[in-house]
Amino acid sequence: MATEHTAKAFDADLQDLARLVAEMGGMAEKQIGDSVDALNTHDITLAARTIALDDKIDHLQREIEEKAILTIARRQPMAVDLREIVGALRVANDLERIGDLAKNIAKRVSALDDDVQLTKVLRGVEHMSELVLLQIKDVLDSYARRDVDKALAVWRGDEEIDAVNNSLFRELLTYMMEDPRNISLCIHLLFCAKNIERMGDHATNIAETVYYIVEGRPLADERPKGDNTASATVAFPA
Amino acid sequence: MTMVENSGPVTPPPVVSRATQANGANEVLAEKVSVRGLNFYYGDNRALKNVNVPLYAGLVTAFIGPSGCGKSTLLRVLNRIYDLYPNQRAEGQVLLDNQNVLSNGQDLNLLRARVGMVFQKPTPFPMSIYENIAFGIRLYERLSKSDIDGRVESALRRAALWDEVKDKLSANGLSLSGGQQQRLCIARTVAVKPEVILLDEPCSALDPIATAKIEELIDELKSDYTIAIVTHNMQQAARVSDYTAFMYLGELVEFGPTTKIFTTPAERRTQDYITGRFG
Repeated sequence: MATEHTAKAFDADLQDLARLVAEMGGMAEKQIGDSVDALNTHDITLAARTIALDDKIDHLQREIEEKAILTIARRQPMAVDLREIVGALRVANDLERIGDLAKNIAKRVSALDDDVQLTKVLRGVEHMSELVLLQIKDVLDSYARRDVDKALAVWRGDEEIDAVNNSLFRELLTYMMEDPRNISLCIHLLFCAKNIERMGDHATNIAETVYYIVEGRPLADERPKGDNTASATVAFPA
Repeated sequence: MTMVENSGPVTPPPVVSRATQANGANEVLAEKVSVRGLNFYYGDNRALKNVNVPLYAGLVTAFIGPSGCGKSTLLRVLNRIYDLYPNQRAEGQVLLDNQNVLSNGQDLNLLRARVGMVFQKPTPFPMSIYENIAFGIRLYERLSKSDIDGRVESALRRAALWDEVKDKLSANGLSLSGGQQQRLCIARTVAVKPEVILLDEPCSALDPIATAKIEELIDELKSDYTIAIVTHNMQQAARVSDYTAFMYLGELVEFGPTTKIFTTPAERRTQDYITGRFG
């Protein structure tokens, strides 16, 4: 049973695409780690470096798009080849957004002071980012190996991240009500938490793409969603 | 040659089968032609092996596969054009409106009027454009000159050729360009009011613009005819057809809606072929 194309250059094109996506994935992972580190340690230099590196991720996305379009025009791919290329485009899109979200977190570092009181919340944000990093590592691994089971596990695992986000949300609301001086700080952290929660959603998007590439049809089920922040309130203590 | 009145004989109701659409919905489609258990021999060489395939009415069915897989052979059985050659025989059934065209006592000329064929290389007669079309009509019907004029014009319009040739109907058919000649052949085929049209790689010898025009034409024709097309061009099969049959070494490997065959084929061999992984 033949697994290579008669035209070797076609195989090379597809391998190049996969390599670029893997490179982009590695970069995105690093950006997440660095931005949250900068947040925790209030490292303004690291934050600035993270912000600057986002350009490289954007550049990679453009490169992937160009290569995908060229391959489609040249090879007129069918079936699994076509799904591979469309999949690469979608994953690149999701990774680019993840990079932007990491950059956004880094941008907020300078707005935060070294405040001991909020160490607990910062720990919460760090914990959330560790969960998300694990999701992203797993989903990129599932993409590289076309492992549907692993992708489905990531797809379902987003609920946990949503749960952490919910409790962080309430915690931040409480801090803000306690002391108005906390408000600007807490708002920034709120956005950071939201960004990380969005990164988790993008990871599930990538999982759906992996499923599509392998199975040839979209994931029909409803993804288990746990983000309740849209309806969350905390009553002001009387 | 026998003259036949244009009112056809009473035909039994067509075979109906449930065909699965690409989205899984079952649609009831009429089978214009049903190939059942077809075996074909060139001498001792068995070129078609127990082929079962339907041609649904009013739809285009494409036949794809590597060279030597039997797709052109299959086409040539459908209107028994292989009968012209010695040492070639078919066994099994080919039902056209539920009647087996392979049985003895068939009026082959009538069959070939009902099931028309267009070949890879354009084959206009060495006559005027007008005569190319009128010739076939006159074989089967006795019509007045003005009626034939009308039929010639409608055939040329059907083939999207009228505007280009209406002022030179007496010019020799061979003076046209390749794409025009092929459209002339298609006009000639539809002029005798067939029910099924067989196209054997009709665009292989044509440039991209002529190819696009023929593809457009196929799209317009299919509402009135049942069409089978053999093509080496996978993208053309994907564009033009509703159902696709993949053949390999004389066997029908997979048959289904075109959208499914080219996006998620069930058979590994089909996927290997359409993605260029064969051999």
